[in-house]
Amino acid sequence: MFKWLDPYAKPQVLFATLLWWQRWLMPLSIVVLLLGTVWGLGFTPADYQQGDSYRIIHVHVPAAIWSMGVYAWMAIAAFIALVWQVKTAQWAIGAIAPIGAVYTLIALFTGAAWGKPMWGTWWVWDARLTSELILLFLFLGVMALQNAFADRQTGDKAAAVLAVVGVVNLPIIHYSVEWWNTLHQGATITKFAKPSMDPSMLWPLLICILGFALLFGALTCLRLRTAILQHEAHRPWVRQYVQEQQHATV
Amino acid sequence: MSHANVFRATFQRELKLLARQKADWVNPLLFFIIILTLFPLGVGAKPNLLREIAPGVIWIAALLSVLLGAERQFRQDYRDGVLEQLVSARSPLVGYSLAKIAAGWLGSGLPLILVSPLLALFLGLSTEALTAVVLTLLLGTPLLSLLSALGAALTLSADKGGILLALIILPLYIPLLIFASAAVEQASFGLNYQAQLAVLAAMLCVALALVPLAVQKALKLNVG
Repeated sequence: MFKWLDPYAKPQVLFATLLWWQRWLMPLSIVVLLLGTVWGLGFTPADYQQGDSYRIIHVHVPAAIWSMGVYAWMAIAAFIALVWQVKTAQWAIGAIAPIGAVYTLIALFTGAAWGKPMWGTWWVWDARLTSELILLFLFLGVMALQNAFADRQTGDKAAAVLAVVGVVNLPIIHYSVEWWNTLHQGATITKFAKPSMDPSMLWPLLICILGFALLFGALTCLRLRTAILQHEAHRPWVRQYVQEQQHATV
Repeated sequence: MSHANVFRATFQRELKLLARQKADWVNPLLFFIIILTLFPLGVGAKPNLLREIAPGVIWIAALLSVLLGAERQFRQDYRDGVLEQLVSARSPLVGYSLAKIAAGWLGSGLPLILVSPLLALFLGLSTEALTAVVLTLLLGTPLLSLLSALGAALTLSADKGGILLALIILPLYIPLLIFASAAVEQASFGLNYQAQLAVLAAMLCVALALVPLAVQKALKLNVG
């Protein structure tokens, strides 16, 4: 497996691969997201109890699922960076973290916007809400740590350590907050967590989840490519690539 | 040199430093007491309200005062080149960091535990809740010292270490805070809180095994 993966540690090879993937993923994610959101927001039947406001789940649930998923991918990149000292994996942490932070923000915002008409409040100190907020802090912490050093490489490595430590924290946070809440009151949101949905509502939701995953992939390709160009700016192949791009646009 | 040797030498040196630089452990303790004094002034001196919020208040004050001393934990050794010597001599940093953490706990954790019964009385906690506060602090403050040492090691050569340290370490404190205040709350209702204590002990064991390795890694990358 390592023989097969090894070439991708080389920035130039990875750059070309990412370019190829990005060309596919970017349009595909836009098409899938458009399909899912238009179907979900415009053409599914309204809920018998919640009316039209339930439709926000087509944005909220994918963002929430992938905010966790993005953290997992970032932690995998961090682990690879620490164990095998792969430079490109270090750069991937910085490329992924802001995407995860934005997904988390989307999940929090759409959740609050749904909570206001449904629960009558923007925010409850509920298990899921709190753990999502802490996830946002973890993403922001990784980003802050990465940018805090005069030496960029030290920042990358420190962020990798923090990302790996943070993943140990994720399940603890999740379950401990549930424990903490059951002491006060019964869970208010978990009965919505596994809704038995009608297929007419479920399909657009699944398409949206796929769309958010594809968008994450496409954005990661884009951001990691940018990071590679920035880190390797002094290399001949980057100069050649930039010149080619300039000729192409002129 | 083995881990045990390095541990012993560093620990003895740290104890000497604690004995000579009394401000290192007196200041966090004063900070802890002052925060606890501010709460009755801030929220009003209503005995029922104070009794209700006391567990959370004591724990948050403990988090902050441990964090206050954390930044300096490795800074002196980093500035005067001790760490560089240790890294270039390839001496085992796990023993060194464990000794640092243990001494850090003696300086910033233990005084809080000793003074906490007095403060719990000020805030009107019952005897059961007071016992729970002391027990959770006993299990929890070593964990605070471990995590804050990791934060200090990670931000060692960062430009704005202090505030960044708080930013990255406070989210990691949250599970601890949740279980500790749950235990104290159970105790104040006269309920059994052994489950929460067991979870705290488990978290401490895991952290004790893994955090020194992460600290070692963080120290190396900041020095090398």
